[in-house]
Amino acid sequence: MIHTFTVNGISIALDIFSGAVHVADPVSLEAIRLYEQHSRDEVIRKLLSRYESNPEVNPGTLGALMDQLDELVRAGQLYSSGAYLNTGVPLPDAQGPIKALCLHVAHVCNLACSYCFAGQGKYQGQAALMSLGTARGALDFLVANSGARRHLEVDFFGGEPLLNWEVVKETVVYGRALEREHNKAFRFTLTTNGMLLNEEIMEFCNQEMHNVVLSLDGRREVHDHYRVDAKGKGSYETIVPKFQEFVKRRGDREYYIRGTYTRRNLDFLQDILHMADLGFTRLSMEPVVTAPDDLEALRAEDLPALFEQYERLAQEMLNRKRQGRSFEFYHYILDLENGPCIHKRFSGCGSGTEYLAVTPQGELYPCHQFVGDSAYRIGTLKKGIVNHALREKFAANTLYSRQECRNCWAQLYCAGGCAANAVRATGSISGVYAYGCELFKKRIECALMLQACLQEEGLA
Amino acid sequence: MKIKTLKTRNLKESKKLGGCGECQTSCQSACKTSCGVANQPCEQEKK
Repeated sequence: MIHTFTVNGISIALDIFSGAVHVADPVSLEAIRLYEQHSRDEVIRKLLSRYESNPEVNPGTLGALMDQLDELVRAGQLYSSGAYLNTGVPLPDAQGPIKALCLHVAHVCNLACSYCFAGQGKYQGQAALMSLGTARGALDFLVANSGARRHLEVDFFGGEPLLNWEVVKETVVYGRALEREHNKAFRFTLTTNGMLLNEEIMEFCNQEMHNVVLSLDGRREVHDHYRVDAKGKGSYETIVPKFQEFVKRRGDREYYIRGTYTRRNLDFLQDILHMADLGFTRLSMEPVVTAPDDLEALRAEDLPALFEQYERLAQEMLNRKRQGRSFEFYHYILDLENGPCIHKRFSGCGSGTEYLAVTPQGELYPCHQFVGDSAYRIGTLKKGIVNHALREKFAANTLYSRQECRNCWAQLYCAGGCAANAVRATGSISGVYAYGCELFKKRIECALMLQACLQEEGLA
Repeated sequence: MKIKTLKTRNLKESKKLGGCGECQTSCQSACKTSCGVANQPCEQEKK
């Protein structure tokens, strides 16, 4: 299977099952498209007829082009078979190791963002803080269930995790002791709205947190429309100087400035550029996750405008890279040479199998987005996994459990998508959130266009 | 007329050596509300 497309004037043929990426001129792209269904002579005849006014398109050049295509096919880089996926690529294991936890250390928030999927931090439940005992128990649970996995990931999440800062800090200290005892390596991440950031917290996080995710929606008027305190006051003015200081002190360590866009800012490129202009260089911007009838919800008719924003973003990133003032966009990061193996691309995010969320009360859910929905409670820290049938269901939920994914060119970039989004859109984890698919595919096309240009210009 | 093939990891070949499971869980990085695996670096060499 191949996928051909053109973004910002760059034409690309992607060979799905080998992962090969071919940058082609329009004639070559058409030859690639025709190759599968037509003989060599037919392809040459069709192209000569279509490009009769172009002297470069002649039997000699087309013959050489067809030779090149034959060679790519022989090398397994064009029209390669995906049959190998049917044998020997293991499915996620319902009995397998657990390697990542999202710790909901605070089901309470000091902001009241109306678009919050977590119901202003409470996840449709009561306000609560995780005790240190529960947090330590979560790390013990993780180590005990991690098998041979060395890298273990723990994300401090909420609500707003800094409302339970002492527990965050002590949990990290506890984790470091466990590392030595069990030969594990914890990677801690903090996701915060920034309101309570202070010098001590920045210092600690820059020592201990592998990654920090800092919530900022972009331009002041966009950010302050949703991200307000209980009195309705916008948080931009408070957090931006703190984030700038935090990132400055962070040096080369990983961070993301993460925004959400909604129907109110379909021109979200301006928000990304605003973040860049504030001096941030590692950026993420996500489409809002909300009920379809919400005013903020993205609609089908918005897609062309959103696609244009993603294409312009890729071009702007290329321009800025050339000018030496580049920034990264999370969804455009593609390591073509050292990216994930086929096993990872087959198994996806690991929700419900290798990744679980832990509530302040020590309940376990397949991921943070399922927290609060009792139908998806999968166990507790004390009892371990209780709902084995649910875990089996998540383990079996690979990209090949959906016919739509089997036929999709982006299958090995997406791995089947987000189970929580599928439930929200279709009521089932094995459903397909088609709107999300459209955005995802556009982002991958733009990411490939960007990578092609960067490699071509020696800027990768 | 020319086709330029970018340097990429051969996914078919990665079947033989991949699967160590040490790479980052997708949602632990920056998205939290959507899934993708393509931007997760391979961790095998660091194991």
